[in-house]
Amino acid sequence: MEKYSGFNLLKHALTGHRRWPRSWRSPEPKPRYDVVIIGGGGHGLATAYYLAKEQGITNVAVLEKGWLGGGNTGRNTAVSRSNYFYPESTRFFEHSLKRFETMGRDLNYNIMFSQVGLLNLAFSRHELEIFRRWATAIQVQGVDCQVMSRDEIAAAVPLLNMSPHARYRVYGGFMQRRGGISRHDAVAWAYARAADNLGVDIIQNCEVTGLEVGDGRIRGVKTSRGAIRTDKVGMAVAGHSTAVAAMAGIKLPIVSQCLQAMVSEPVKPCFDHVVMSPMVHCYVSQSDRGELVIGGGADTHPSYGQRGNLPTTEAVLNAVVEMYPTFSRLKLMRQWGGIVDIAPDSSPIVSKTPVTGFYISTGWGTGGYKAIPAGGETLAHTIAHDRPHPLVEPFSLDRFAQGRLVDEGAAAGVAH
Amino acid sequence: MKRTAQRLPHARVDPGKTLRFRFDGRTYEGVAGDSLASALLANGVGVVGRSFKLHRPRGVFGCGKEEANALVQLESGGYSEPNARATLVPLYEGLEARGQNAWPNVRSDVFGALGVFKRLLPASFYYKTFMWPNWQRWEGLVRRLAGLGIAPTSADPQKYLKQNVHADVVVVGAGRSGLEAALATSRDPACRVLLIDEQEEPGGGLLASPAAADRSWLEEALREVAARDNITLLCRTTVNGYYDNNVLAALERLSNHHGPAAGGAVRERFWRIFAGRVVLATGAIERPLVFPNNDRPGIMLASAVREYCHRYGLTLGERIVFYTNNDSAWRTALELVDAGVPVVAIIDLRPAVESELRQRAREAGIALHLGTVVTDTRGRSGLRRLVLHRLAGPGDALEAPAGTLDCDVLAMSGGWTPTVHLYSQSGGLLAYRDSDACFVPERAHQAVTAVGRANGEFAAPLNLQPQWLTPGVSAEHQWVDFQYDVTASDIQLAARENFVSVEHVKRYTTNGMSVDQGKTSNVNGLGILALATGRPIPEVGTTRFRPPYHPTSLGAYAGIELGALYTPFQQLPAHAAHVAAGALFEDYGAWQRPACYPRPGEEEEAAMAREARAVRSAVGLLDYSPLGKLEVRGPDAREFLNRMYLNNIRTLEVGAARYGLMLNEAGIVIDDGVVVCLARDHFLLHTTSGGATTIHQHLEEWLQCEWTDLEVIVGNATTQWATLMLSGPKARAVLAQLDGDIDVSREAFGHMQYREGRLLGQPCRILRASFTGEVSFEISVPANCGLSLWEALMQAGEPHGIVPFGIETLMLLRTEKGYPHVGADTDGNTMPQDLGWGGAVANKPDDFVGRRSLSQPVGSDPGRFQFTGLELLEADARTVSGAHILTADGESTAGYVTSAFHSPNLNRTVALGIVADARDRQGEEVTVFYAGQRQRARLIKPGVYDPAGEALNG
Repeated sequence: MEKYSGFNLLKHALTGHRRWPRSWRSPEPKPRYDVVIIGGGGHGLATAYYLAKEQGITNVAVLEKGWLGGGNTGRNTAVSRSNYFYPESTRFFEHSLKRFETMGRDLNYNIMFSQVGLLNLAFSRHELEIFRRWATAIQVQGVDCQVMSRDEIAAAVPLLNMSPHARYRVYGGFMQRRGGISRHDAVAWAYARAADNLGVDIIQNCEVTGLEVGDGRIRGVKTSRGAIRTDKVGMAVAGHSTAVAAMAGIKLPIVSQCLQAMVSEPVKPCFDHVVMSPMVHCYVSQSDRGELVIGGGADTHPSYGQRGNLPTTEAVLNAVVEMYPTFSRLKLMRQWGGIVDIAPDSSPIVSKTPVTGFYISTGWGTGGYKAIPAGGETLAHTIAHDRPHPLVEPFSLDRFAQGRLVDEGAAAGVAH
Repeated sequence: MKRTAQRLPHARVDPGKTLRFRFDGRTYEGVAGDSLASALLANGVGVVGRSFKLHRPRGVFGCGKEEANALVQLESGGYSEPNARATLVPLYEGLEARGQNAWPNVRSDVFGALGVFKRLLPASFYYKTFMWPNWQRWEGLVRRLAGLGIAPTSADPQKYLKQNVHADVVVVGAGRSGLEAALATSRDPACRVLLIDEQEEPGGGLLASPAAADRSWLEEALREVAARDNITLLCRTTVNGYYDNNVLAALERLSNHHGPAAGGAVRERFWRIFAGRVVLATGAIERPLVFPNNDRPGIMLASAVREYCHRYGLTLGERIVFYTNNDSAWRTALELVDAGVPVVAIIDLRPAVESELRQRAREAGIALHLGTVVTDTRGRSGLRRLVLHRLAGPGDALEAPAGTLDCDVLAMSGGWTPTVHLYSQSGGLLAYRDSDACFVPERAHQAVTAVGRANGEFAAPLNLQPQWLTPGVSAEHQWVDFQYDVTASDIQLAARENFVSVEHVKRYTTNGMSVDQGKTSNVNGLGILALATGRPIPEVGTTRFRPPYHPTSLGAYAGIELGALYTPFQQLPAHAAHVAAGALFEDYGAWQRPACYPRPGEEEEAAMAREARAVRSAVGLLDYSPLGKLEVRGPDAREFLNRMYLNNIRTLEVGAARYGLMLNEAGIVIDDGVVVCLARDHFLLHTTSGGATTIHQHLEEWLQCEWTDLEVIVGNATTQWATLMLSGPKARAVLAQLDGDIDVSREAFGHMQYREGRLLGQPCRILRASFTGEVSFEISVPANCGLSLWEALMQAGEPHGIVPFGIETLMLLRTEKGYPHVGADTDGNTMPQDLGWGGAVANKPDDFVGRRSLSQPVGSDPGRFQFTGLELLEADARTVSGAHILTADGESTAGYVTSAFHSPNLNRTVALGIVADARDRQGEEVTVFYAGQRQRARLIKPGVYDPAGEALNG
């Protein structure tokens, strides 16, 4: 793998960049792998990378139905944060955030992680009380979190609607300074390049059509490019989790819904943080290209359509203009959708399953991107050792049978 | 670029009416009918913009939505709009525009020097560097150089409307095909046709036609459209999105053509269109050719040169050269010569062209260069010269230099791309047509058809010979996406690095990600990728088209639902009285309620203390109208409620009330309230104020989805009744003074009893329940009587020292009493046993919602957070709702303070919380943590004021 650096960029400039090597191979599937990962998004690629890097398992295939990074990895708003409520969540996402902080150099790929700070806004007295509880929860975990007053918020987000005529008055909020945004495609590509370099076969345009299960064990995978034998399968397919798990006879408590994202036309820097709010429901940041990157609530009905429909687009942009009135004359450039996999408690599932050798990573809901490094690392560990990584013990599939939910939504009253 | 002194005849502008405008600080004149782009071209303004990445000088390149270069900052202040396409801005008197992404201006941009470093800045160079020490060190610089226009910083003075419309047939595009489709479908008078066109006037491509026959056809067609009652024509309206169920979104520009003179007038209207059938007559967009330095000002689409000539009367140059690979540009060139435009040469990369065209061109005095390609262009701020080579064969290497050619305008045509965006958004499949090198609609997914050029039906054969990039010369300066500075070499680099999926190439090179969303760059990019990867184009595929087709104001999506209209809010029936009493209003769910009633100069906490003391010592009045009031009725109502509440409802007598807890399927407490039995088969549920709607839905879900056999009707009567809470030791005395037929004496009307009757001549419902700990009457009268009841009670209470009190004061009072408030003192894990209701669960003989889940292992886990009182050990110590209780080691959370107030009646802090195993740990000391501070507290029984409850029966 040729190192990426300013020096090498200069060197290749001399030859007109005609000698850059390919970022990854395009191998044909082998008949047998030690581990097969279904899903070539961020989670699948990171899992393969950590299997090779930390678990010493390199005979690994990542099977991707389309193009790598083409699912939610390439469709989200690229926010990373660890400001969760429950300790088990905060521990996991803090681990992931730390991985983001060093990912550029770890993987020798500039993922453009920019810690612009993530601000949450409260719009009522009750919401502010919940925010205090939430912010304190983060602080107790030793994670950075700063409660901010209305005035401090006005200074940090000059374009925010602080008018007394606003329908909802900003009461206060809290900021996680280390939260930030990055380039989502780059994360997928960085893991793909690094995993490929360690010997992982990334096989694109290879759809899994069936799972072979015998005597309660995984035996292999049927694909559009032939059968592959393996003893271990890791599933990281986000919105299609229920469909793939059903191939192993497993019914998952997952609902798939479309979550939209959208960007405005690019403008010069005008928005310095990621600002989110549960009540006037939208979140906004500005990309390095200058686009305002906008998200909000999921479409209201279950769907596999990766587009999203008009009412939700309108509701999200209505919230944006209500909160930032001067954005009114900016123009929406592109809107799209991804299919998110939502568990009943809105927390992830990284777990063994009733089928031996079949491991799942799902339930990432609207927040899978920020979990990519830790999700990959813990799934790799779970696969390699056939027991959950300590960080994901609370996120096992059997928590639903035991009632031991990790209900972030109910605790903090906030989508995440 | 030549200044046009006099417009050509037959143009669709009015040369007699001049309009003054300013661009980059200089004043110019245009004429009525001009676009900003045509007016700039008329004034010979060559450089109108700078590219995104390299800040290359750019001139007008197209004439419509496809424009990639002429993006301007339009107007200033509240009217400021970044990235306005000069081609789409109709000129008006006093228009002000500035070039973007340049300093000091687009003519001489110091960042233009970046072009020198192009070699160092290939596609995605940023992923390969800027890692040391970290990206953020570099980011500021990169961010400032990126972006285009400047976001406005003043509020938008204009408004946006929304409108829904249903139509049997929606025709998108009022050019020839669209008009034909509209006229054909509207022959059935019952068929409502909506004809939509995005230009300033209908006509589409016909507007740029010099042919008299075309013009008269258009006039006739428009007359016919106007005569038909069942056709609605919307102009200045762009259909932007095609969604599921044949729903379209469109944006109508109502007053943009007036500029700031429109004042506060509605700017745009957002249409939601519900279509039976859709006909897409959206035309086609011409493609540029890809050759070295093809981005120089003066190099334009042939179709744009044609439109500027015939529609705006501009000749643009003194030596105009055409460069093409198909026949359409030849016809354009001949047309222009007929109009008196100096076309000096046609360069065609095809070795052979139909003899008739050649013949006519020669007769028109046009020099012909067949089998020839442009291998470079020269000129500083505008085009001066072309460098030509002869091609060895189709797509082959170059054969020999073919000299140079002086010119000031190059009109290029690389073929046509049908505008299939909406078709693709609708889910329709596209197919690649080799002969015309374009994607055309193949299979519809919804009720939609494409007609005319949008369907690849060109008036005359193109005889096109694709050339995706110029062979034999470096690809490094062959622009594909003009705005984002993507060149052919970028796409080749992507392919070399194994980014071979078309989506990868788009993301790696940013080809097609600029504000025109690839309208002119997509297909050329695909062609270059196909060549680089040795695959045919159909195998490469296309990227998915996304809404909006053309960028759309965020304000239009928001509409008028801003400020007070953003979400509906509810005011209390006695709102006017609260205003008069100086209430501090806050949002509680949808309701705007008095938090308390501070007197002038009085702090909020002092006001609450005053109100709370009055309730404890005399009497207070609270507007309690948001209290949920669900009526449940029917033969199975009792059975239904017995299943919904963990409490026993079977034994509830008529006229009696009972406190109840409601759980969800997971056994979590979601609501508490009082169930009143109005009749054997008729119940009134008082839910928490914020919960009326969600609990109503919860009940309906069980009735409609699970227990369809139960005969029960649920109605939400919350807003039909005004409810006032009269509370305090003098409450009975106050109420007794009012004219009514209910005996409110202690003997006749006990706690948790309910009475109906008349009060002040109106029907009324009175419940004796208490959330303050004092004797309380919750008096409901029809909502429109709320204000008069409020006034009557305040008047009757005056001798007793009555005060109005707010919801925060109520929270203080119930915290003193230790009454839990579901939602505040519970969280998403609270089960009944955590509130001390474990016994009730065990004693209830019947099943109820959530019961099963209570027996899961989690229900008996150690460390469950349980409801408790908290006593701060230090005198005068304060805490807040949101503070945490720490574990013994101080390392993690073992609960939260959920309610905390300073009690004026006890003169110390009263607090409630949920704390790990609190029910077994009463009396233990714990640590409270908030904002870095630690305090000691003791777990105590909730309710420190009047623990014996004597006041209730006073």
